[in-house]
Amino acid sequence: MKKLEYDLVVIGGGPAGLAAALEARKNGVKKILICERAPYLGGILQQCIHNGFGLQYFKEELTGPEYASRFIDAVEQSDIDVKLGTMVMEILEDKKIISVNREDGMFEIGTKALILAMGCRERTRGAITIPGSRPAGIMTAGTAQSYVNLEGLIPGKEVVILGSGDIGLIMARRLTLEGVNVKGVIELMPYSTGLIRNKVQCLDDFNIPLLLSHSIVEVHGKDRLEGVTIARVDQKLKPIHGTEQYISCDTLLLSVGLIPENELSSKLGCEIDTVTRGPVVNEKRITNIPWVFACGNVLHVHDLVDNVTQEAEIAGRAAADLINQAAAEVEKDVVIRHDQNIGYVVPQHIDALNNKEKTVKFFLRVKNPDEHVRLVVKDNFDQVLLNLKKTIVEPGTMVTFNLPRELVTKDTSSISISIAREQAE
Amino acid sequence: MEVTKLVCIGCPNGCGLTVEHSGKTIEKISDYGCKIGLEYAKNEFTEPKRIITTTVRVKAGDLPFVPVKTKDPVNKEKIFVVMKEISELEIESPVHVGDVIRSNIAGTGVDLVCTRNIKKVS
Repeated sequence: MKKLEYDLVVIGGGPAGLAAALEARKNGVKKILICERAPYLGGILQQCIHNGFGLQYFKEELTGPEYASRFIDAVEQSDIDVKLGTMVMEILEDKKIISVNREDGMFEIGTKALILAMGCRERTRGAITIPGSRPAGIMTAGTAQSYVNLEGLIPGKEVVILGSGDIGLIMARRLTLEGVNVKGVIELMPYSTGLIRNKVQCLDDFNIPLLLSHSIVEVHGKDRLEGVTIARVDQKLKPIHGTEQYISCDTLLLSVGLIPENELSSKLGCEIDTVTRGPVVNEKRITNIPWVFACGNVLHVHDLVDNVTQEAEIAGRAAADLINQAAAEVEKDVVIRHDQNIGYVVPQHIDALNNKEKTVKFFLRVKNPDEHVRLVVKDNFDQVLLNLKKTIVEPGTMVTFNLPRELVTKDTSSISISIAREQAE
Repeated sequence: MEVTKLVCIGCPNGCGLTVEHSGKTIEKISDYGCKIGLEYAKNEFTEPKRIITTTVRVKAGDLPFVPVKTKDPVNKEKIFVVMKEISELEIESPVHVGDVIRSNIAGTGVDLVCTRNIKKVS
């Protein structure tokens, strides 16, 4: 078996992997390899041909492929090695990675550090258990996006979309532009889960109806999908008898959420957060395995690629510190807790004595939409470290805040974050 | 005075915007979060425009299609006219990000540009 040696291996050549590799290179790591499963770099950005990326990071609005090309160009101009069409099979405890591709066959890569940047995958029909037969024409919105944008294929003539996530909304517009009749978007929750700008520019612009508090109760058709029966749901999200209506369609797209792809990480022994479904990390994006870092959608599903890039740069710098032996040895672990209004917080713990960066950036998602709330951060002495006003919070949009390092001392053992409605004065 | 409510599509924040107007004359724009919102409200009230993104066939490229966009937003009413003209295009490889493949697409005064590099393969 062929054997290679690198200082840093990055699994995944999407936005997270590219930014992490570049940042590690910038911080002095010499031998870097990116392993990418697809035949090209850029990851899922390459099929996201719509605009709206990069406003935060580049201060200009780019399409997915344009955003990706900025990083791909930089990688191609650097001495970072890239292996395309390469699938990592297993990560071994002794810092070895078993991969396979057509050129090298099965091969082994030894490394000093590893960055996980495998991204996420879509939830499928199986994950949401829609009753009925199994005709052709039912697929995830991302699969349809790949058909249309990469292969130039149209998935059907009459489409219903289940789930108001951003990919579903974007595909409603994309298919409409290609002459497909998009009959409507069905959303289980009483609110749209995608960004409001996408509801405006993808649905309202083309008079595509959005049915909130509805679900699909049956699919019809044997060889090919012929229609779906939808029904209104009650507050417990159960279908209400008597509200059923039939919609004829030959295609059903599912835009019902994303799951971080952590089979490799789990098998290696990375501790996985049951809510984010990604590894548990500290603020440097180090997992419970000291030479393994994680960033991007493999860690938690982000709303904006700009946030992925920033997070990947944190992981890239931290991996460089480890490889350059510049990482602080003394560690004082501070656990991050949150109240029941918050779904999750990343990072899940921080190192109180790490003072390389002046602030720690936190990402969190709320469980339910709310308005005029206060985000309060306290330490284990019940001291208020931050008290921030948030006008609108919703599950579809990540809430971010920066905690100044100086507020975390050697005596801090835990930090708790809560979100609650503002008290009337 | 009439009031029209809009949602800004300038960034992911999606600010609600308020346009007060007498008929088609704007009297006052409020609730915008930044100058993108102010500009959007003006345009959206007078002449709504959108950037169109789609794909174009490529001959002998390492991929069969190249993603493209209108360099600037085009009049919303013209979206399907522009799509029709784009659907008839087929271009030669190689192409690079930013290459203009059709200027003044469908008479909108806006150029159609590539958004991905496509290499030529024999």
